[in-house]
Amino acid sequence: MRSGRLFSLLALTFALSSAPVFTFAQHEENHENAHATEAVAADGNHHEEKKEGFNASEVIFGHIGDSHYWHLFDINEQPVSLSLPVIIYHPTKGVEMFSASKFHHGHESYNGYHIEKGMKEKIVSEDGASIIDLSITKNVLSMIISVVLLLWIMLSVAKKYKKNGTMVAPTGFQNALEPVIGFIRDEVGKPNLGNKYMRYMPLLLTVFFFIWINNLLGLLPGGANFTGNIAVTACLALVSFIVMIFSANKHFWGHLLNPPGVPLGIKFLLVPIEIISLFIKPIALMIRLFANILAGHIVILSVISMIFIFGALSKVAGWGFVPVSLAFSIFMFFLELLVAAIQAFIFTNLTAVFLGQAIEEAHHDDHAHAEAGHH
Amino acid sequence: MDLLTPELGLFVWTLLAFLAVFFILRKFAWKPILNTLHERETGIADSIAAAERVKKEMGQMQAENEKIMMEARAQSAQMLKEAKDMKESIINKAKEETKAVADKMIADAQQQIQQQKMAALTEVKNEIGKLAVEVAEKVIRKQLATADSQNDYAQMLAEEIKMN
Repeated sequence: MRSGRLFSLLALTFALSSAPVFTFAQHEENHENAHATEAVAADGNHHEEKKEGFNASEVIFGHIGDSHYWHLFDINEQPVSLSLPVIIYHPTKGVEMFSASKFHHGHESYNGYHIEKGMKEKIVSEDGASIIDLSITKNVLSMIISVVLLLWIMLSVAKKYKKNGTMVAPTGFQNALEPVIGFIRDEVGKPNLGNKYMRYMPLLLTVFFFIWINNLLGLLPGGANFTGNIAVTACLALVSFIVMIFSANKHFWGHLLNPPGVPLGIKFLLVPIEIISLFIKPIALMIRLFANILAGHIVILSVISMIFIFGALSKVAGWGFVPVSLAFSIFMFFLELLVAAIQAFIFTNLTAVFLGQAIEEAHHDDHAHAEAGHH
Repeated sequence: MDLLTPELGLFVWTLLAFLAVFFILRKFAWKPILNTLHERETGIADSIAAAERVKKEMGQMQAENEKIMMEARAQSAQMLKEAKDMKESIINKAKEETKAVADKMIADAQQQIQQQKMAALTEVKNEIGKLAVEVAEKVIRKQLATADSQNDYAQMLAEEIKMN
């Protein structure tokens, strides 16, 4: 396999040159894996696969989707990966737990289940029953790692605060986190939530750091595309939405369902729009984070894939494109580092804005009017 | 599209993990951190305010000190001036008194001298008178020692009386 050899050389170069590049190299290995499985699916016909050349979309979707394996690299075209636990709820058989290695990388079926690989990897029951897949997938494992990291960092920092007392200057990691926490409090919490900000600070801080650390882990070599998964962003948006609904006050509902000072005819038009806008808020949160992170991953992978697309055409073109691709992917990597923080901030800020609208008191307006009247 | 349908499994795990993280961090991390930050900020603000106040007080004290110093200086200057005046007045008074005493003494002395002089003069007059009487007595005695001379004299006297 020509592209295979080219790939392994490149992988080595990438791994030696820099960490971010290593990420992309591994993504490429995903492609090899995808190739291999595809080849197997085509009854082991390697010649047919060769003719197809490099399939960039398969590589990319292989990475951005979830998986029951944590693929690390290939040795002699054999994928080396962690097989993750599969947990399935079957309506008649009940809960079943076994390792994904039983599927032999999707080649075999086990216990009446097999893996189906479309745009996403899915476990399907062979008896046609609709099962619930609660497996610890790559994304779930990545999240568990980030959660452990997050808890460890924050609890150790909190311990330092407790130990040092109030009037001791922060040191070490505490010093790095303090401005971030202060930023969330002063730029997100206080302006949007007014004097009730302390009630919502734990939520805002958790949302921010949860998204941020997961964004960053997603950028690591071999990292999962966790925050670029719509299930994740939907979950976070739902949490924000529920908090918003439950903290909304009379003033908010009054303005939403019976806007004051609006003629009756227009109310019929306005109220449905207001209700739709209420639901659009979490949907906007969900899609914004999902699309941004997903797009970042896709762009980086596409840029790297170009090497192999050109490499499939001719070896010289492939090598020739390496510097261009590298330069662009490094640039993209830095951009994604920025995006990781910015998207976490935007999600947190919008949550705060929505919460602020929900808990806004009526007298705020009156006060403003009264002040305007004085002038 | 497949990509846009959320997987239930991942959703459930995310929800569980997020809520766990939220509750753990809220109790053990965010509350202590935010409280400490808040306390520290108020502490720093208080310290700054206190420092400002002390500075202001110091300024006031300094101004007061300056004022007191000025007053003291003025007072001492005045005292000096008064002392000087007093000295001069004492000297003048002393001079005057001395002069008066001296004048009186001089006057007394002159008076005494006058008296002594008068006494001396009187004595001298008396002495001279006595001497003159004595001399005249002696002269007369001598002149009238002889009977002839007494006759002559008596004659002369008689002549004088006759002439008159």
